[in-house]
Amino acid sequence: MMMRKNEKTAGRRLWPLAGLLCALLAAGCNKSGHTPPGVGEIKVGEFASLTGKEATFGQMSHHGTELAMDELNARGGVLGRKLQLLTEDDQSKQGESKTIARKLISRDGVIALLGEVASGRSLEAAPVCQECKIPQISPSSTNPKVTEIGDYIFRICFTDPQQGRVLARFAQNTLKARRVAVLTDAGTPYSVGLATYFKAAFTANGGVIAAEEKYTSGDKDFRAQLTAIKAAGPDALFVPGYYTEAGLIARQARELGLQAPLFGGDGWESGELPAIGGEAVEGARFSTHFSPEEKRPDVEKFVRDFQARYGTTPDAMAALGYDSAMILADAIQRAGTTEGPNVRDALAATRHFSGITGDITMDAHRNASKPLVILQVKGGMFHMVEKINAD
Amino acid sequence: MIVFLQQLINGLSVGAVYALIALGYTMVYGILRFINFAHSDIFMVGAFCGFYCSRMDAGRTLAGGLLVMAVAMAVCALLGIIIERLAYRPLRGSSNLAVLITAIGVSLFLENAGQLVFGADPKPFPALFPERNFTSHSGLTISSNQLLVFVVTAALLVALQWIVMRTKMGTAMRAVSFNHQAAALMGINVDRVISFTFGLGSALAAAGGILYSLNYPSIDPYMGVLPGLKAFVAAVLGGIGNIPGAALGGVLLGLIETFVKGGKYSTYSDAIAFGVLILILLFRPAGLLGKFQVEKV
Repeated sequence: MMMRKNEKTAGRRLWPLAGLLCALLAAGCNKSGHTPPGVGEIKVGEFASLTGKEATFGQMSHHGTELAMDELNARGGVLGRKLQLLTEDDQSKQGESKTIARKLISRDGVIALLGEVASGRSLEAAPVCQECKIPQISPSSTNPKVTEIGDYIFRICFTDPQQGRVLARFAQNTLKARRVAVLTDAGTPYSVGLATYFKAAFTANGGVIAAEEKYTSGDKDFRAQLTAIKAAGPDALFVPGYYTEAGLIARQARELGLQAPLFGGDGWESGELPAIGGEAVEGARFSTHFSPEEKRPDVEKFVRDFQARYGTTPDAMAALGYDSAMILADAIQRAGTTEGPNVRDALAATRHFSGITGDITMDAHRNASKPLVILQVKGGMFHMVEKINAD
Repeated sequence: MIVFLQQLINGLSVGAVYALIALGYTMVYGILRFINFAHSDIFMVGAFCGFYCSRMDAGRTLAGGLLVMAVAMAVCALLGIIIERLAYRPLRGSSNLAVLITAIGVSLFLENAGQLVFGADPKPFPALFPERNFTSHSGLTISSNQLLVFVVTAALLVALQWIVMRTKMGTAMRAVSFNHQAAALMGINVDRVISFTFGLGSALAAAGGILYSLNYPSIDPYMGVLPGLKAFVAAVLGGIGNIPGAALGGVLLGLIETFVKGGKYSTYSDAIAFGVLILILLFRPAGLLGKFQVEKV
């Protein structure tokens, strides 16, 4: 008798758990937001690499978003409602983002999703957002495929084709390089994409790709590839990867006596680059979205506020994280509602939004066209040396 | 030709690192017939010990660097002994599979504890020793850190071979490896011998962790996984349990990898390296230097 009763209660206790599991696993789009629309706080989801390999990117981006949210709430929120930011950590791991996006949408009932830095992880979450008709704004995923997933996916940074073209012009005009070697991370869509667009633009303008070598993210030894590159005698070495590998590559290149100037894309921007690369990255240049050295009143205010709160100078990821939240708030305000389709339309109609990272206009493909800045490593710090308009 | 020689140096230096880690794997296996998967994580703990100890040693002197290395080796030896006492000793006598799974558990525990204690973000590893590059007239280069790896690996290889083959403790280790019970009956303190083996293996892992980090100065709690796997493969390739075999396997693996990476198919380097492993094991199942033993019933 007792046993039967126990079994029954245990069974009953397990039901909600099983239901939850089903809700999480269900492929369909079950938006069971706990608050009815139009009441209470507006829930905004964010997924970021707060820990793991690209942690410095994720944390900076998250700080920027957090700062923007608090500023918006201090001003009274949007549509008379406060904003609530729900942040999930994807640990820089491939495969987490999809589950996180589904959880934020289905269980927490967020009205929009901000994220991610890495294109690979934005690409994982995007189909979920598209299916659920929840707008996703990627602050800094530059791979063109991200916004090609569907009309609910936006980005507020430049794309890799734009960045590749600008870097090709930079290599030719500023570095005066004719023969460039490329060392690509074959494991990330970001690096492969950027390398491809760079090569296309560089060779179209008469440049020569002296050597092309590949590695996989997580590799530590690049001496084999660099020895082959050195033998090809390039005028410059392009490393379209992330900062950890770029720092190690710079060190090993200089150790092997490869003296050609090094340059890269926005994946380089992290304080870890000079910390790992040391002397070897001095003078190296890379393109990115933002420089805190720019003399504009709103940039100066942002830099001041950020430093006061987090104790460090904001980088491009922080500025883009900030802009992503601001542009979403602007769209909700213009839409007058938090319904996904209306917010989407308002986002798509964004024209000349004055962001920290520049003037943002959404084009027909939901990409922002903006100028790029070139930073150079000097004394372990990044300094702006050039500002180039995309196309 | 210069490129070939340079790649040879690169390959030998990668291989020496694998060999150094493989020594620890192979020694523990040789004595206890058990693969200590936590070895690669003790390697990581060793690197972090070096990272934190280096803050106390401001100058990059040879003595200071060696001291940091000695401290890390001592800490890891202690950690290895504690792990053996808490995780492996209670399972002694149970099936090999149980111990193997425990080892994987310890490995995961160390990785996740590392994330908690050290943080998940990669940290730049400081230079412990004065650094220099040596360049020949024809352009061949080798860094002082690479040279250090060669020297330390060779020295530890000789020292280990000497400990196992020539000392009293080594004789006891081999006796335990041969037969636990018979060794105990001969008056050998089996627990002490096994503790010593783990301590020694863990100290080797710490030395490997620091030398690895000097060459590739970015450390994180998962840094041990890939080199650990490669070193394990190197140990199997050379004949697991055989100390010179581990060194040979490591160097061979490093060379294959480097020559593939320097060529056209760089992204296939692991596939090709592991393919070679499968081929060798097909023809020599006990590894290059291992002796195939028929089990007597």
